[in-house]
Amino acid sequence: MKLNLKIWRQKNAKDNGRFENHQVVANEHMSFLEMLDVLNETLISSQKEPVAFEHDCREGICGTCSLVINGQPHGPQNGTTTCQLHMRHFKDGETIVIEPYRAKAFPVMKDLVVDRSAFDRIIQAGGFVSVDAGQAQDGNAVPIGKEIASKAFDAAACIGCGACVAACPNASAMLFVSAKVSHLALLPQGQVEAKKRAQNMVHQMDEEGFGMCSNVTACEAECPKGISVENIARLNREYIGASFTANK
Amino acid sequence: MKNWFVSFFTSSIGRKLLMALTGIFLILFLVVHLVGNLQLLHNDGGVAFNVYADFMGNNPLIQFVSKGNFFFILLHAVLGLFLWSKNKSARGSVGYAVTKTRATQTNPTMAKYMWAYGIVILAFLIIHLVQFWAMAHYGEIGYGIELVNIEGKDVRNLYAVVAETFTNLGFVVFYVVSMFVIALHLWHGFQSAFQTFGLSHPKYTPIIKFVGAAYSVLVPLGYAVIPIVFFLRNA
Amino acid sequence: MELNGNVPSGPIAEKWTKYKSSMPLVSPDNKRRLDIIVVGSGLAGAAAASSLGELGYNVKCFTFHDSPRRAHSIAAQGGINAAKNYKNDGDSVYRLFYDTIKGGDYRAREANVHRLAEVSVDIIDQCVAQGVPFAREYGGMLDNRSFGGTQVQRTFYARGQTGQQLLIGAYQSLSRQISLGKVTMYNRHEMLDVVLVDGKARGIITRNLVNGKLERHAAHAVVLATGGYGNVFYLSTNAMMCNVTAAWRAVRRGAYMANPCYTQIHPTCIPQYGDYQSKLTLMSESLRNDGRVWVPKKMEDAKAIREGKKKGVDIPEADRDYYLERRYPAFGNLVPRDIASRAAKVVCDQGLGIVPTGLGVYLDFADAIQKYGKSKAHSMNLENPSAKQVWELGQKVVEEKYGNLFEMYEKITGEDPYTNPMKIYPAVHYTMGGLWVDYNLQTNIPGLFALGECNFSDHGANRLGASALMQGLADGYFVIPYTIGTFLANEIRTPKFDTNSQAFVDAENDVRSRLNGFITNGGKQSAESFHRRLGKIMWEYCGMARNAEGLTKARKMIQALKEEFYADLYVPGTADEFNPELEKATRVADFLELGELMCIDALQREESCGGHFREEHQTEEGEALRDDVGMAYVSAWGWKDTSLEPELNKEPLVYENIKVAARSYK
Repeated sequence: MKLNLKIWRQKNAKDNGRFENHQVVANEHMSFLEMLDVLNETLISSQKEPVAFEHDCREGICGTCSLVINGQPHGPQNGTTTCQLHMRHFKDGETIVIEPYRAKAFPVMKDLVVDRSAFDRIIQAGGFVSVDAGQAQDGNAVPIGKEIASKAFDAAACIGCGACVAACPNASAMLFVSAKVSHLALLPQGQVEAKKRAQNMVHQMDEEGFGMCSNVTACEAECPKGISVENIARLNREYIGASFTANK
Repeated sequence: MKNWFVSFFTSSIGRKLLMALTGIFLILFLVVHLVGNLQLLHNDGGVAFNVYADFMGNNPLIQFVSKGNFFFILLHAVLGLFLWSKNKSARGSVGYAVTKTRATQTNPTMAKYMWAYGIVILAFLIIHLVQFWAMAHYGEIGYGIELVNIEGKDVRNLYAVVAETFTNLGFVVFYVVSMFVIALHLWHGFQSAFQTFGLSHPKYTPIIKFVGAAYSVLVPLGYAVIPIVFFLRNA
Repeated sequence: MELNGNVPSGPIAEKWTKYKSSMPLVSPDNKRRLDIIVVGSGLAGAAAASSLGELGYNVKCFTFHDSPRRAHSIAAQGGINAAKNYKNDGDSVYRLFYDTIKGGDYRAREANVHRLAEVSVDIIDQCVAQGVPFAREYGGMLDNRSFGGTQVQRTFYARGQTGQQLLIGAYQSLSRQISLGKVTMYNRHEMLDVVLVDGKARGIITRNLVNGKLERHAAHAVVLATGGYGNVFYLSTNAMMCNVTAAWRAVRRGAYMANPCYTQIHPTCIPQYGDYQSKLTLMSESLRNDGRVWVPKKMEDAKAIREGKKKGVDIPEADRDYYLERRYPAFGNLVPRDIASRAAKVVCDQGLGIVPTGLGVYLDFADAIQKYGKSKAHSMNLENPSAKQVWELGQKVVEEKYGNLFEMYEKITGEDPYTNPMKIYPAVHYTMGGLWVDYNLQTNIPGLFALGECNFSDHGANRLGASALMQGLADGYFVIPYTIGTFLANEIRTPKFDTNSQAFVDAENDVRSRLNGFITNGGKQSAESFHRRLGKIMWEYCGMARNAEGLTKARKMIQALKEEFYADLYVPGTADEFNPELEKATRVADFLELGELMCIDALQREESCGGHFREEHQTEEGEALRDDVGMAYVSAWGWKDTSLEPELNKEPLVYENIKVAARSYK
């Protein structure tokens, strides 16, 4: 299959950037990233600079790959990262527009590569349980209901790819932060620091320049791991509750 | 270290909570206002409505609540515009060339353009207030509004003002269209407020959504009926 | 030279406890004065960096990823072993120790493995305390499942994403230390050299991948937790960026590479489908708990399936060969990975493969669906359920257990694995070999430590399922925090190092000239194309089955490829910008040298054991034939100067507690 690609090119963070048109011959069994590999091989063989894009595990779990494909983060398939998207979902001769995630908090570094370190700083603000190696009691000492564990897992399944921010009309990181807060708030181990955690993580999120949630739920639609917006409600609850009941 | 209260209400969630709280107040207000306005449909030459309007205009408690109402409308509008501009800037200096917004729990178009509906509603409100509220409170007798004697008391004949306004097809269309925009705004706003309060539950959220949907259809419809009925009566 | 593993004396069950309580310590006050560099932020690296930070050391942690949370530990699916015996099924530290040694085909160091089994129980506790959402039973207790190579249920899991959940736990711990200022995190920094001062590891040279700047970082000790080198095969289940460079740079500075030829080929991966393919996808081994592996008995059936004329479901029961159950009745489909992989190769070599390339076998869940459906119907008091009801009930149970894996399979292949049996084939997955380390996890270079998959220590010639996560976390949380003290206790008077010293300047210049060499090489071919060719050679001659002739040939081919690489490599762009092609070139250059060493090691190891199968050494039934007299040692290769032959050092493997026996899963 022949495809026309309209790809965002940007030399570095300071460059203005522009779209560039490329043609590529792909095959329907390729993954989207393998199609880009083919493009890059062609570019390199004609001594041109390949397109920079991020990727690593190529099995949908590391959260490194990103891209907004025809207006959708990780492309048109539900519950799929770009690396799991196969070309059989595109038509021969189709024009595909490939852009980087757009958010003030995710500045473009080169071509399709953005800086998502804001997420790390949010976790550093409180997304952990303060337990040192060696301090733990027996793993079965505190029973955790199957349903609770399962709910916590659902939230913890977040791969930190940032598709929620990319999809949100407000570039809000609420789905990511709420998943992180929910994962720990649901478990007894996370209860001790729950209030402080919710406050600190939300304040860091605001500091990073993400937008505000207006409950569009585009994040849930585009999340490759199907993280539920129920978590956002929980974060609201946790944060409001914490703000009015915590000592600080 | 900021005061906790300031810090809360300047946080993203705090601001959203303010939007939701004021929104819910306005939702309640819309019902009360509609119940009153439906008096207009009594085919009694405006007696019921004018009595009601007079009561509303002179009762100190109502007047107090109404001041609050204005404040909340203003707060909701100003904060809404502020959040909109902040959210817009969160996208960064370069936007998407192509966007395709999908959503799971809402109609993405309605949810995305709350700000636009809000601006239309604000414009509507200004015209609406000048036309009726200002006339009811400050209109000089004889210049657009008359007194009418009902059961021995002179009251302002606001009914006549309404009736007069809705002889104009332009206003009728304007009001009906505005109600449609309000419906769009409510469709997302109603359930969104509950999500912001943190109220989400597999058992109750469907109920909230249903009530919200019913509300955002029925209430604006109720309002929209009035200009239409008046126009038809006149014709 | 004979190497000494520095294993403490005493009975095996007491070694670690006794050693811990008698080893030299560093006082809290002195810890504050000591700097440690940790390279890598996967399970081993993140766990080490955070625990060392908790102890009070000043830690600098490096990753080439944009975030420490992306390390490839995240992709581990199945689970993590621990000798908790929560199932009351006879598990114990000794049994885990025994299973791991036996699974490793008697080529691992006893004392290390016993320690691993001992601390395994603490890992689960630690992870639960961090908020890792392990699977639970209805009563709220931790759930377990069984995994290949064992007869007890000791595997803890979090759906099919155990690695992810454990890594997030370690990443969160690390994030906490970063926020407390005890760990300084360097994202998007790639280590390109180790710096030795007076024979001790005292720092590293890194390249900032965003702007290409070379940086010198000094510390009192350097810990490498940089993972495995499976990508030397180009196609593997490893992530695209996994590489050997950090470990290989250490080798080029004098560290020994131990048992590089021990490669784990994972039996259940999605078969290859095209030449453009960039990686292979693993389907968790846990699938073998319920899936049955088979190929058609008749050649003509296999041919018809390959040509698309028949489907797996069309083959009647009598015409199917459930070859694992047939050959290994005691363990059946749950034999260890090396055995399952080789068995698949055997049937495919006979021409019974069921995918167009001929390299694929079935993993069938039809029986599991029936079994679960019937028991579910029974528990629901359904009398005479229809076949459809049974299938639907069973399908739900299977979906609950493996839903995400099935979904992943369907996404990649476009086929529904509930109705058509899955197609699988072995693929390179893990490398048991790695930097040689002693009991303290210290390499032969003082002050240079290696953890996790990066070292060779615990898995012998074959790793059991759900043991990689266990080892990474054991090394990071519960071993290195103690053992690093044995080195650092003698360094408390050592002042901080000046990065302007000659050793650092020289190392940086070495790196710079290497990078500039790539940039100015002026050839025509991309690093990727060389990598692909190297991978083909490795898979062909140093893959699931090896022989002397092939290995000799492969070595020559790799040498020729290396020559061509330096003559005709083309790297676009410059060294002082974000340049993924340059990164790739440095990694492929090191893979070329490692690949050669793997062939040398495989050729030298005249036996078949675990992941290393030499065709010359097999029984009449085609089982691996070990040489416990001549080959019971660790081969630790030194290769500072690759223009010379590598130097072989041996660490004898002494079994005091386990009787070495031919491995049997029959």
